[in-house]
Amino acid sequence: MIEARNLTKRYGPTVAVDALSFDVRPGSVTGFLGPNGSGKSTTMRMVLGLDRPDAGQVRVGGRRYRELRWPLREVGALLEAKAFHPGRSARSHLAALAASNAIPPARVDEVLDMVGLTSAAGRRAGKFSLGMGQRLGVAAALLGDPAVLLLDEPVNGLDPEGVRWIRDLLKSLAAEGRTVFVSSHLISEMALTAERLVVIGRGRLLADTTVAELSAGSASLEDAFFRLTNEAVEYRGNTTKEARS
Amino acid sequence: MTTTGETRKPRARSSRYRLAQAARMEWIKLRSLRSIWWTLAVTAAGTVGIGAAVGLNTRNASGDLTNNAMAGVVPGLLLVGALGVLTVTSEYSSGTIRATLAAVPRRPLVLAAKAAVFGAVTLIVGEAASFIAFFADAVTLRHGVAAPSLGQPGVLRAVVLSGAAFCLIGLLGLGLGAIIRHSAAAVGVLVAGVYVVAQVIGIIAHSVATYMPILILENSLSTTKPVTCGTSEASCPHFLSAWAGLGMLGLYAVIALAVGGWLLARRDA
Ligand SMILES: Nc1ncnc2c1ncn2[C@@H]1O[C@H](COP(=O)(O)OP(=O)(O)O)[C@@H](O)[C@H]1O
Ligand SMILES: [Mg+2]
Repeated sequence: MIEARNLTKRYGPTVAVDALSFDVRPGSVTGFLGPNGSGKSTTMRMVLGLDRPDAGQVRVGGRRYRELRWPLREVGALLEAKAFHPGRSARSHLAALAASNAIPPARVDEVLDMVGLTSAAGRRAGKFSLGMGQRLGVAAALLGDPAVLLLDEPVNGLDPEGVRWIRDLLKSLAAEGRTVFVSSHLISEMALTAERLVVIGRGRLLADTTVAELSAGSASLEDAFFRLTNEAVEYRGNTTKEARS
Repeated sequence: MTTTGETRKPRARSSRYRLAQAARMEWIKLRSLRSIWWTLAVTAAGTVGIGAAVGLNTRNASGDLTNNAMAGVVPGLLLVGALGVLTVTSEYSSGTIRATLAAVPRRPLVLAAKAAVFGAVTLIVGEAASFIAFFADAVTLRHGVAAPSLGQPGVLRAVVLSGAAFCLIGLLGLGLGAIIRHSAAAVGVLVAGVYVVAQVIGIIAHSVATYMPILILENSLSTTKPVTCGTSEASCPHFLSAWAGLGMLGLYAVIALAVGGWLLARRDA
């Protein structure tokens, strides 16, 4: 369970996330949808306590992230950018993270096997392809067998086989009763993966709904998405005018 | 580091992550980068090599032979300081810092763990380098110059404190890395602060020169007896005693780490 309330983040004059409130519930894949620059990654970083909100708060399993006793055993995250040192092997990267949360070392080989990196585990991660890097990120997220998973644009740069692998993995994790929150700017991908949707534009909540509900009102899910996000652009135009006057 | 995951589990389950877990993570991170071991090896080899070369070329038995043997420590400190910087800044440039802070959200603990692990490794390497450099110098002395021994007054202290300087300058680099976060800028500040400024101030303001890290090493830590310039009183600063010099270097490291830890806890990652 992830609960965001009035979450707000500014970078200088940019309002990256604007009074955003939503809940992500266990048992289904929740898609976090919005155009590029709409504030998805910033929101994810605030959930993980990496960026400090200017207002509002977000709780994971009822607690703020910084209060978690064993963060990796409760929340697993794959961030948009690579989060490993190019000179370190995949196995060492995971072993270091495991040690920080007293996760048994044997779990490292388990997750390497789950993501299909066993044969590459001893190689320098800097030599990995984009897809292998994503797999290493997924392995890190799964390391603590967490009940909550956050993945920021996990299919970016993956080949069709990798996209399908992520999709099936996310669905199976949700089916086990986990909370799965996955961001994307691709409505088509979310249509295939997610059951629920949190849609944002310009940092604001546009819809908190299900895939079925959203597509019901429009010719296609894509139409519904563009209708929502176009309104967000117009809305921002108005606020800029108000601010100037 | 030898405790197995199995024996730790029951106690770990009941509490939360602490310095011990964070330090174990940092130890695995440090030990798994080959570039760190190469840099440490080059540092030690350079320190020893210069000590041996100085021994070969010593003709004057009246100087402070121990201080001469420690000549390689000065360039060695530069490498260890830069390594300290990179230990932190490479996490920012690679993005690892986000994985690290997501795993250990109490951020001062992360820097404390890094300091403990990096400080211990550089202390061991530094002491080994300065002792081996001392003996390398002793065995290469020629021209009828008698080698100093560790039993003579101040000699053991000079060798031990020279080794400790590796650890303290390494920690200063670590703190600067946490403050500045960008590799090139932080290494630049370290080199400027430790070397360039020391040279400039050494020429124009003698009273401040006493507190410059490299001059502390050369004139307080690695000497067996107080340095005197001989000539006029005005041109010669009063250098710190060996222990005061050690305290001053320690203070620099503590300040850099405290500011770095404070900023780490406040800034977005
Ligand atoms: N660290 C940062 N500094 C300054 N601006 C930022 C930073 N991170 C994000 N932004 C800005 O905040 C907005 C939202 O960015 P982001 O959260 O990355 O969006 P998304 O992930 O949906 O593409 C963008 O305008 C982006 O330029
Ligand atoms: Mg993004």
